[in-house]
Amino acid sequence: MTAMEWTHDDLIGLEDLSGEEIRFILDTAEGFREVSQRSVKKVPTLRGKVIVNLFFEASTRTRTSFELAGKRLSADVLNFTGSTSSTLKGETLNDTARNIQAMGVDMVVVRHPCSGAAHQLARVLEAGVINAGDGSHEHPTQALLDIFTIRQKLGAVKGLKVALVGDIAHSRVARSNIWGLQKLGAEVYVVGPATLVPRGLAKLGVTVSHHLDDILPKIDVFNMLRIQRERQDNNQFPSLREYSRLFGLNGKRLSRAKRSALILHPGPINRGVEITPDVADGAQSVILDQVANGLAVRMAVLFLVGSRSPSTDGGL
Amino acid sequence: MSHSFLLVRGGHIVDPATGRDEIGNLLIEGDRIVGVGDISPPAGARVETLDATGLLVTPGLIDMHAHLREPGNEEVETILSGSLSAVAGGVTSVACFPNTEPVLDNEATAEFVVLQGNRAGFANVYPVGAITLGREGTQLSEMGGLARAGAVAFSDADRTVRSAEVMRRGLLYAKMFGLPVIAHCEDQDLRGEGVMNYGRTSLRLGLAGIPEVAEDIMVARDIHLAGITQGMLHLGHMSTLDAVAQLRDAKAKGIHVTGEVTPPHFALTESAIENYDPNFKIIPPLRTQEDVDALVQGIADSTVDVIASGHAPHPPEAKEVEFVYAPPGVVGLETLFPVSYTVLVKKHGLPLSSVLQKMTSNPAKILGQDQVRGSLEPGKLADVSIFNVDSEYSIEARSFQSKSHNTCFDGMRVYGRAIYVYVGGRCVVRDGHVVHDAADNRP
Repeated sequence: MTAMEWTHDDLIGLEDLSGEEIRFILDTAEGFREVSQRSVKKVPTLRGKVIVNLFFEASTRTRTSFELAGKRLSADVLNFTGSTSSTLKGETLNDTARNIQAMGVDMVVVRHPCSGAAHQLARVLEAGVINAGDGSHEHPTQALLDIFTIRQKLGAVKGLKVALVGDIAHSRVARSNIWGLQKLGAEVYVVGPATLVPRGLAKLGVTVSHHLDDILPKIDVFNMLRIQRERQDNNQFPSLREYSRLFGLNGKRLSRAKRSALILHPGPINRGVEITPDVADGAQSVILDQVANGLAVRMAVLFLVGSRSPSTDGGL
Repeated sequence: MSHSFLLVRGGHIVDPATGRDEIGNLLIEGDRIVGVGDISPPAGARVETLDATGLLVTPGLIDMHAHLREPGNEEVETILSGSLSAVAGGVTSVACFPNTEPVLDNEATAEFVVLQGNRAGFANVYPVGAITLGREGTQLSEMGGLARAGAVAFSDADRTVRSAEVMRRGLLYAKMFGLPVIAHCEDQDLRGEGVMNYGRTSLRLGLAGIPEVAEDIMVARDIHLAGITQGMLHLGHMSTLDAVAQLRDAKAKGIHVTGEVTPPHFALTESAIENYDPNFKIIPPLRTQEDVDALVQGIADSTVDVIASGHAPHPPEAKEVEFVYAPPGVVGLETLFPVSYTVLVKKHGLPLSSVLQKMTSNPAKILGQDQVRGSLEPGKLADVSIFNVDSEYSIEARSFQSKSHNTCFDGMRVYGRAIYVYVGGRCVVRDGHVVHDAADNRP
């Protein structure tokens, strides 16, 4: 592992990190991957620490992954499910935060439907805040596990052509991937219907395309983002059928791509929409590796952010 | 009846309506201005003298865009607290918007506002009547009754009149009373769920954006409607480069249209939202440097007629929520002049008289009050504001007179604190402090 000191009290987004810091998290995660392969899958690193999973939005896999990551580090993990809107509940987010603070929590993992909510909590809370997805803003641990998986399978990220396919405008996964991949030297393509992939995204330094077939042969990694059905209810694109026809990854399309190209998907998959079952379960798919790696990446993040709180004892 | 005289001596008098810009005296008798320039009170008269050496003496400012929240949300602001906030900022007349509960869409509610303004006894408070009943955009409100009660303009406040036909009728009908229609130009569909300017920053922050075209399209529509109706259109809080360009073109074509900007829109850009601070959430949203430059240019060449506060108080708890959920708007009465002076005169070098014109004679004219206010001409009501533009100070939200402290300028270093303010000859601010018993000294 490279010798480097972690200096962030929170992890809100990859936009805030340097390439070196991202690599440091990934290297730290390498060390934790081995823990999950032991017969006793637990280390005492965060013993005595309290982590709250504060989820204002339904999520099974991210919450479970964080919960398991915390437990493998021997922390006490609590799950707190908030109603979707603090205004509906009559309590401001700042008040919710102060209540958590009063319980003596060391770290808060937050998932929230509003962009900026993690940022806001970090401003109010002394506890370390880890963003588990805020609105359309960022989902840093998802991008970290995506990048970890790419690095694991292809060796390095620098120079790779990575396509993020789907609803980029409303995707926190896309945003975090854009920052993370760019900082590690990848070339990022964003692909999807013009209504969900506005040309203005080019301002973030990515290449915008509305034709998957045009870029197919040169892409090293396809990250097939989930299409949210409510976008179709808002008439942001005509139909799932047409989406699948223009932007879905099927066997025929894949045959025109590089044999070495990886297929990622943050899940849950709409089989037959973003990706056909043969591709999802095929040899180039690394979707389940992503899930396994997610655990190691989240252990690394909890460890690093946790190390910033004063009384941490123990180490790897 | 014999009044005593007030001699304001040796101040820097700037009166845009008359073009006066000189060191001189101002003589007030009772509630009227009786002389200005190189004058003295008549021999033997009872005279109070105020030494204004080194201070700026201007007509009392007229803010034609404020939300005073009464009736309906008195915990956030009242006409009294709003009036105190106004005079503390050198604003002696306030036009308050009709998005109250109930809506100011009938004679009785408008009269209530006038009555509360008189009871408060600080600033002159004018109601702005709703264009449509309940601000629902369908049926015209009784503008005749509203005008009778003292309404100085019509507006559906933060709602665009969605139907072009209803807007057309509103412009036609309001014209019968010689009153302007203040348009909130924003296409609701293009705004969508937007909470900030659409652009690189919104894409980065993952916040839904409001494209400039949402404003530009409605500005175009309303200018066309003003053209065919020959009504009086006033574009409220413009924020885009194109809105200014359209206003400039419309004026060149002889269409009766005026336009307004508020200090946040020319003093700040969307980059202020970096930290998701709801105190920078405003509608229309803070835009880009390009837009700011166009607004400043529009003020400089007088395409833009008015600088207004857009005063929109909200309680602290409303701004302690997620950026997306927070209500838009900031208070502005106490920062209107200092921010305008500091940014436009000090930083951009605009002539002081041109900037003041947008807060005095121009709004007076648009609201039909220029016969009695908005100038230091002898015969006008003695609404006078006296500022110190030489000393810098920090804006402190917690020391505002307004009940609400949601400002986007907290901590900003500015020039232009109001030191003395007179409303109808009565001193309501003295030595930089509101004279709280001033209302008791009414004639």
